[in-house]
Amino acid sequence: MGATLRQRDNFRAVLLISPAYLWLLVAVFLPLSAMLFFSFLSEGPFGDGARQLVLQNYLEFFEKGFYSKLLWRSLKLGAVVTALCLLIGFPCAYVLAKTIKGRWREALFLLVILPFWSNSLVRIFSWAIVLRGNGVIDATLNKLLPFEVSVNLMFTYSAVVIGLVHSYLPYVILTSYLTLQAIDDSLIDAARSLGAPRRTILLRIILPLSLPGLVAGGVLVFVPVVGSFMEPRILGGRAGTFFGTVIEDQFVAVFNWPLGAALSFTLLAVVLLILAVASPVLKRAQ
Amino acid sequence: MKREFGLSIAAGLTAVLVAAGAQAAEIRVLNWNGYGTDLEWAVKAFEEKTGNSVVHDYFNSEQEMLTKLRTNPGAYDVVLINSAFTGQAEKEGLIQAIDTSGIANFADIAPNMATNPDLVPGGEVYGVAWTWGLTSFAINTDAVPTTPTSINVFWDEQYKGKIGWRDDALESVQFAALATGQDINDIKDLDAVKAKLAALMPQIKTFWSSENDWNQFMAAGDFVMAPYWSGSAARSIAKGLPVEFVVPDEGAIGWLDGLSIPTGSKNVDAARAFINYMIDPEFYVRWEAEGAPATANAKAAAALPDDSFNRTVLGNAEIVARVQFMQPVSEENRKAYLELWQELKANSQ
Repeated sequence: MGATLRQRDNFRAVLLISPAYLWLLVAVFLPLSAMLFFSFLSEGPFGDGARQLVLQNYLEFFEKGFYSKLLWRSLKLGAVVTALCLLIGFPCAYVLAKTIKGRWREALFLLVILPFWSNSLVRIFSWAIVLRGNGVIDATLNKLLPFEVSVNLMFTYSAVVIGLVHSYLPYVILTSYLTLQAIDDSLIDAARSLGAPRRTILLRIILPLSLPGLVAGGVLVFVPVVGSFMEPRILGGRAGTFFGTVIEDQFVAVFNWPLGAALSFTLLAVVLLILAVASPVLKRAQ
Repeated sequence: MKREFGLSIAAGLTAVLVAAGAQAAEIRVLNWNGYGTDLEWAVKAFEEKTGNSVVHDYFNSEQEMLTKLRTNPGAYDVVLINSAFTGQAEKEGLIQAIDTSGIANFADIAPNMATNPDLVPGGEVYGVAWTWGLTSFAINTDAVPTTPTSINVFWDEQYKGKIGWRDDALESVQFAALATGQDINDIKDLDAVKAKLAALMPQIKTFWSSENDWNQFMAAGDFVMAPYWSGSAARSIAKGLPVEFVVPDEGAIGWLDGLSIPTGSKNVDAARAFINYMIDPEFYVRWEAEGAPATANAKAAAALPDDSFNRTVLGNAEIVARVQFMQPVSEENRKAYLELWQELKANSQ
């Protein structure tokens, strides 16, 4: 009797879970495995040329020094953008969660999320207008200042960082906001009544309790930034060659899908490795 | 007697119908959309002249064009093929040799284009040279007061950080081949090309990817000179931008489009008449006013107004002699060029 009940429970669990897994299978696993298959082909999946399964595409990464150089460059970009997003996003989230109440909070929230609703290309092109020489920043500064300055950030590494930080900042603000809001105000009040200075409250209470949100936000930013290609291409100009743009070239410029796929999976492996190495730290944070 | 008379009438009628059929054919043209052959007034004028009607089908890439020819034998009568692909189409048996005796205007085509080895493989005409254009560079005339005569102006210290470029491996390698005095279709010293491009990197401000990009970046002062296409430069000039198209002493990269007749065409005569009309000066002068690439027909080029772009820049025989026409690029070379270019970009960061 007990066994049948257990069986029925199992059956129901499978029934309930299966849509989610089916979705994962169709939307994630199948396309990814197709790409994984392509990455071992000697020729692209077009035409009817002879194809073999080879490792050459992966070896290419190690044979050509510039691939690892670019990957390192992309990882550094990811680290810089993530750090900036955390530095800017956390205080913003704190102000939203703890200082501002009522209508204003809703209004500010809308401002944070608004860029999210606009197309990312539109956002990046707006930045191009702002950052360019004779652009908005340049013109405004020259109107205000008594002397001539020339601000032309367009087509520099800084422009790429600015565009990416703006694009991914909402992730950090939203995840931090959720954890910050869950912190009971009475904890802070108690600390204050016991004479703790602001710095101690921040470091011993608020930061540790909101760390899960910060970590989640950081991962959400780091992973896509390392593979980004659109922002570097538009804002970076000649300084905009990263691992992501090289992968894009393989797919859209020379139709070498196998090499492009192999480079993508190399990137995936490296990112997973980084997250695995960091996981003890990340786990403690949770 | 009566019956015989009736029969002969019927036979006569059939003969008339067949003759009319031969005269008023419907020819099917395969081309890029909006590329000359499908101009409404042109199709109408051709119909009035010859009684043949024209129907169009389009392709979006050279590969698509070849696929259409392979999978629909006999479906087309005229097809536009870039000279870099004519040889491949001929080898695959997709197009037929053209008897040029029925094409009166053929004699007026500039000799170097009419006999371009890619269009005339093995001495037989498989593509009639129609239009051509250049990939060279253009300058902002406000920022660069004297027109440069050498492609090496791109390496001039004076223009450091003021150069635009196109993020295209093949074009970059061919440009550097010109700058190092090599044949763009047979690059012997790839190391020299690499060194030349490595030296170019610090000069480059940004990459452009579309005509609109080019005009905007130039107008915003992001660059003062950059590689450009002749047709695009003509349009920029027509818009009133301070742009001049330069064909340096070292030469420029040329492309040549030809009109071919597919194997299995049922209206070869009408197709030849259509090709004849397409290279006719009367057609070209009107097309040029609406924005056309350069014509292969020397007589048509000579008939242009004196101030037209295609006459002043591309109609100059001395300039035409400097052009290196692009030949097919092997898959192997394409890969090697891309790798070279990516490595240079990566190392210049």
